[in-house]
Amino acid sequence: MLTQFGQVLIFMIIAAGFVAVAFIAARLIGPKLPSKGKNSTYECGEDTEGDTWLKFNVRYYVIALIFIIFDVEIVFLFPWAVVFKEMGLIAFIEMAIFLIILILGFVYAYAKGDLHWDKPRPVIPALDRQIFKSEI
Amino acid sequence: MPEWLIDILITLTKIVIVEGVILTAVAYSVYAERRVSAFTQNRIGPNRVGPAGLLQPLVDVVKLLMKEDIVPAKANRLVHALAPGISILVALSTFAVIPFGDKILLAGREIKLQIADVNIGILYILALVSLGVYGVTLSGWSSNSKYSLLGGLRSSAQMISYELSMGLAVLGVILINGSFELDTIVQNQFGWKWNIILQPIGFLTFLVSAFAETNRTPFDLPEAEQELVGGYHTEYSSMKFAMFFLAEYANVIVASSVITTLYLGGWQFPYLQTFGLPDMLVSILQVLAFCGKVFLMVLFFIWVRWTIPRFRYDQLMNLGWKAMLPLALANLVLTAIILTLFKT
Amino acid sequence: MQFTLEFVLFVIFGLGAIATAVLMITRKNPIMSAIFLVVNFFTVAVIYLLLKAQFIAIIQVLVYMGAIMVLFLFVIMLLNLQDEKKLSEQFTYKKITAVLLSILLAMLLGTTFWFGFSGKYLRLADTAEKLGTAESLGKLLFTVYSFPVIAAGMLLLAGIVGAVVLAKKKFD
Repeated sequence: MLTQFGQVLIFMIIAAGFVAVAFIAARLIGPKLPSKGKNSTYECGEDTEGDTWLKFNVRYYVIALIFIIFDVEIVFLFPWAVVFKEMGLIAFIEMAIFLIILILGFVYAYAKGDLHWDKPRPVIPALDRQIFKSEI
Repeated sequence: MPEWLIDILITLTKIVIVEGVILTAVAYSVYAERRVSAFTQNRIGPNRVGPAGLLQPLVDVVKLLMKEDIVPAKANRLVHALAPGISILVALSTFAVIPFGDKILLAGREIKLQIADVNIGILYILALVSLGVYGVTLSGWSSNSKYSLLGGLRSSAQMISYELSMGLAVLGVILINGSFELDTIVQNQFGWKWNIILQPIGFLTFLVSAFAETNRTPFDLPEAEQELVGGYHTEYSSMKFAMFFLAEYANVIVASSVITTLYLGGWQFPYLQTFGLPDMLVSILQVLAFCGKVFLMVLFFIWVRWTIPRFRYDQLMNLGWKAMLPLALANLVLTAIILTLFKT
Repeated sequence: MQFTLEFVLFVIFGLGAIATAVLMITRKNPIMSAIFLVVNFFTVAVIYLLLKAQFIAIIQVLVYMGAIMVLFLFVIMLLNLQDEKKLSEQFTYKKITAVLLSILLAMLLGTTFWFGFSGKYLRLADTAEKLGTAESLGKLLFTVYSFPVIAAGMLLLAGIVGAVVLAKKKFD
């Protein structure tokens, strides 16, 4: 007899089989005519300039860090939510304390401006030649 | 035939039917998107292949199969091939726990219209949603192209930001039902007691988060054509591109099904039992009710895409962290307080 | 020992966990290491499932695969770690750390084998069916372990403060 998770596993295996068949079919049917230009990295028709790995805004990292902490706090909330109706007031009070701590952390991060994402300030390049102006 | 063999055969049949229906639905939601967008923009849309262009998805698949699979020379070939596979697998796997009907009586055998009724159904869905990040991030990294990398990075930051409000919104539903089982949650939504009425704020936050998680407009920053060419799938072609494309629409259908199950009563058809119809008809009508609700949700997704312009990235992140997260948190606290007050 | 389906699955995923762990350490490319670590987490999650600890299994996927590894990928992309060379130059105490960790691993393995075969913890297996669900966990969390839950909350608060302070240093 299969357990419920066994059925999920079979579901995934069949889905994976479909993906594999599609990939193999594409490999068999599709033409293969690679050339240097075709296999180059896309950059609007120009040769690629510099390294792909640019320096990223450190905000991405901070967001990921704060996300992990909140994610773990939410994990604590799941078992609480499921027994909430049976446990009654004790569970409510304990989770109230836990939630206050969570909200405190959220307010702290909010107040310190770490949840804020700056509005982009685009730098419009100025042309040193005035050809366009004079032609008009 | 021994009993266990019959069980396995029934399960396999269910799985094959469900996956077949989903893949067809995914192909036709692409068609629906093109028709609806054409209607919105006063164009005609695909109408040449078959009656009203209904065979268009089939032709598209054949076309993509016949195309050359171009892998950039600088790319990491293994990860490049793996990423679209992860995307579509994660999207499809969610359906394993979604109940699309109650029970049906066939040849004296009660068959549950759900692949697997796992006791942590909601968490399973949330876990798969959190895995969806990998397909996008890895494709962005492995392509070794600036556009792809920027798209992948944007997408992962966006998806993790909205995952929190999604989890908190779902907690409200769990509080009311006291269970993670999707079947129980749908059973509890009989009559008018749909969760959209009991949890309006939770529904709103979940809906917005679902749009962000599926990378759909107004949150389609990862593939913003005007600035990132194609975003994370810039360097993809042939079947690998098709997988990303299918994954996007599979995700839309997944999101619609999950919203239907959690908030719109799942397969429940209000007051259907009071009409005294035969059991078989009731079961079929319930499955149809589920399909109808999902179809309307998919149409809503498409409608929004062709109506609302894209957010800027700072607006998107600020909305997620400064509006959606506090709102979902407030909804959770409010639900807990109301439940405690009404019990005593 | 019977050759049930469960046992076969356990062997497959157990071997998978070991293989991916070894592959993770031996890869030169940090991103490939991270990918193998993700696969490793998945196999471990399946083993949890086989032990009837569904909640822990799903949390393993949700937190480790869905959150912590995303941060890892971010850091690898952010720091532009193309190959291991740049990373290894920073660790001068690499060998000492390796020896210490090996001793720790040997001790862990030793205790596992010792108690695993002595049958000391086999009693728990009977009640495992009910222990693994979120309901039983929730009940324990809010009766027996209510204080550790609050303490964990405080710890996470400290984590947020730490993240904010660290980030501030870099911005200025």
